[in-house]
Amino acid sequence: MATTTMTIAKALNEALRKSLETDAKVVLMGEDIGKLGGVFRITDGLQKDFGENRVIDTPLAESGIVGTAIGLALRGYRPVVEIQFDGFVFPAYDQIVTQLAKMHARALGKIKLPVVIRIPYAGGIGAVEHHSESPEVLFAHIPGLKVVSPSNPQDAYWMLQQAIDCDDPVIFFEPKRRYWDKGEVDPTAIPAPLHTAHTVLDGTDVTLAAYGPMVKVCLEAAAAAAEEGRSLEVVDLRSLSPVDFDTLQASVQKTGRLVTVHEAPVFLGMGAEIAARITERCFYHLQAPVLRVGGFHAPYPPARLEEEYLPGLDRVLDAVDRALAY
Amino acid sequence: MSVKSTAAKPRTPRTGTGTRGGAKRRGGTGEPELVQLLTPEGERVQHSEYSIDLSPDELRGLYRDMVLTRRFDAEATSLQRQGELGLWASLLGQEAAQIGSGRATRPDDYVFPTYREHGVAWCRGVDPANLLGMFRGVNHGGWDPNENNFHLYTIVIGSQTLHATGYAMGAAMDGTDSAVIAYFGDGASSQGDVAEAFTFAAVYNAPVVFFCQNNQWAISEPTEKQTRVPIYQRSAGFGFPGVRVDGNDVLAVLAVTKAALEHARSGQGPMLVEAFTYRMGAHTTSDDPTRYRLDEEREQWERKDPILRLRTYLEKEGLADEAYLAGIEAESEALGKRVREAVRTMPDPDTMAIFENVYADGHALVDEERAQFAEYLATFEEGH
Repeated sequence: MATTTMTIAKALNEALRKSLETDAKVVLMGEDIGKLGGVFRITDGLQKDFGENRVIDTPLAESGIVGTAIGLALRGYRPVVEIQFDGFVFPAYDQIVTQLAKMHARALGKIKLPVVIRIPYAGGIGAVEHHSESPEVLFAHIPGLKVVSPSNPQDAYWMLQQAIDCDDPVIFFEPKRRYWDKGEVDPTAIPAPLHTAHTVLDGTDVTLAAYGPMVKVCLEAAAAAAEEGRSLEVVDLRSLSPVDFDTLQASVQKTGRLVTVHEAPVFLGMGAEIAARITERCFYHLQAPVLRVGGFHAPYPPARLEEEYLPGLDRVLDAVDRALAY
Repeated sequence: MSVKSTAAKPRTPRTGTGTRGGAKRRGGTGEPELVQLLTPEGERVQHSEYSIDLSPDELRGLYRDMVLTRRFDAEATSLQRQGELGLWASLLGQEAAQIGSGRATRPDDYVFPTYREHGVAWCRGVDPANLLGMFRGVNHGGWDPNENNFHLYTIVIGSQTLHATGYAMGAAMDGTDSAVIAYFGDGASSQGDVAEAFTFAAVYNAPVVFFCQNNQWAISEPTEKQTRVPIYQRSAGFGFPGVRVDGNDVLAVLAVTKAALEHARSGQGPMLVEAFTYRMGAHTTSDDPTRYRLDEEREQWERKDPILRLRTYLEKEGLADEAYLAGIEAESEALGKRVREAVRTMPDPDTMAIFENVYADGHALVDEERAQFAEYLATFEEGH
C-alpha cells in the first residue's frame, strides 16, 4: 500500500487488517462486528477474510466481552474489543477497572494484559442519548490503563497498530464524527512513539491543547485567529495517559498562554489536570491562567442542542481573547 | 486415579439428579437429591450416573489432602488472631468440595479461583505460604498463575467466571483438549458477570466447568436471598447441564467434577456443578456469624463433616491404622510450623514497589512520580 488518501474509518480498518495479518494471536471481539462490519463499518470485510474465530460477533453484554477478552489475553491472545458506543461501556467498567487495569500488578508482573478497547466517542452526529459522550477521564484516572485518541487518518492507522502491539491495556477512543474525514496515510512511515503529543500548528501567542475531535476545531480557530493577526499554536495530545507534558511545556514556555479544549465536561476533565501540571512546570512563563473550554456539568444534551453545547470555533476564540486580555 | 463415568456422551440438561437419576426429591424437605457416594456415616453408596473406583493409596491421598488443608487453614486463622495476617477467609467445612474438584483437574487444565480456594491451590501445587502474602498485606497475590495453571485469587465476586470462559474459548481455538474450571459461590450466582459467563460459555461452547460451592451463606445472607431455584438448575435456561453434588463427600465431588471436565474437554461445552456444602467458620476473620445464624445449623453440618466421614470409611475398610493417622497428624503439624515460620519471616515489600508492575511497557507519569517520591524519601535519609 502506497501513500493513500483515506478516511479515519478506513485507516482503522486497514490497521486492524494489518494486525490480523501479522499476528495470529490478534482477535477482534464486539457486537455486530462480523457480517455487518460494526455499526460504523470499522471492521468491514474482516470477518469474511479472517473467519469467525478471529473476528468474533459477541452476545450483547459488555462486561462479558471485556471479561472474556481478559481470559483470552491470559491464554496468550491479543484481543481488540469494540464497544459499540461510548455510553455503552459502563457495564464493562467493573471488569476494566477492577480486573484489566490491575491484574498485571496483582501478578507482580508475571502476566500481561495486551487488550485494546476501541470506543467510538464524543458527539456531533445528531444521535440519541448515550451515543455522544466523552468518558475518557474515567479511564485516564485509572492506573494500569493507557488511553489514546487519534485525530486524523495517519495517526488512526499507526496508533491502533501500536496499541495492539502494546503489552498493556489500551483504551482507544475514536472520534466518531471524524470517521469520514480524509487524510493521507503513509504505511511506510516510521511512526512516532504512541504516547507523544504532536505540535500540529506552530504559533507564538497562545497554545491550544486538544485531542480527538477537537483538534480540527482548534485548527479552524487558529486559521480564523490568523486573519486577525494572532498566531495560535495547536498541540494534538494524542495520548491522554500518559500525557506528553514535555511537548506541552515547551509550547507554553514559548507562548506563555494555554487554552485546553475538549468535549468532555470541564470539571475534573483533562484540562484541569493539564492546567495544574502546566502551572507547576511553567509558572514563571505563564502570562495568563490556563483556561479551559469544554462541556458543561450537565448530561449530554438532545441532538437539537448539541451545536450549542459542543465547543466550537467561537468558544475557543473567546477563551483565546480572555487569555490574551491578561 | 480412575473415575468411571457415564458422561462420555452428549446429554440433555438435568433439571434434577436423584440417586436414580431424574428429578426425584427427598420426601418433605423440598430439596433435590444430590449425588452422593459416601454417606456422612462413612458408608459407600452407589449412584446410577456417577461412580468411582479408587485404589487404597488414592483414597488415603484424598484424606491426607483434606487434613493438611484443614491444618493449613487453621494455622492461617491463628496467624490472623496473632496479628500476623490482616485477614483470613477460612475454608473450614469445604475441604471435600475443594480437594475433590481440585484432584479432578489435569495439569494442563486451568483453574480460576475465588479467594477461598486454598484446598484447590494445594491440589494444583501452589505453595500454601504463597497464598498468605495477600492476607498479610505484602502483595495482592503475586504467584505466577502459569506455573500451576492456577490463576490469582479474585476478590470481586464473580469476575473470574468470565476470565475462565474467555480462557476456555482460547483453549478451544488452540485445538487443545484442556478444560477450565471456574470457582464461585452461592452469593456470586446473583452477579451479572456469572450470568454473562454462562451465556458466553454456552454460545461459544467453551470447555469450562462452573463450580459453585454453595456454602449456604454469602456473609450474612442465606442462599434464599440469592435464588428461588436450586443453583444447579440455573444452567438449564442457558442450555447446558447442571448437577448438584454432596459437597462434603470428596468421592462424589471427584467423580462429578471429573465427569464435568470430561464433558467440557470432549467438545460438549460448559457444565455447572453445585457442590452443596457449608461454611463452618465465619466469612472471614472480620465476620461474626453469631449475629445471623443459629448454632444448631452448624451442629447439623458438623455431623456431615467431610474429613470424618472419609476417616470412618478408611478405618472400617482397614485402610488407615493408628500409625498411618499419626503420620498424617505429624505431617500436618510440620506444615503448620512451616507456614507459621514462612509468614513470620515474610519481608515487607520495598517502598518503591508501589511503582512496580503498574504497566508492562512503562508509563511516563509513573516514572515521574517514582523519581519524585524517591527524592522526597531521600531527604529523610540525609538526616534532615
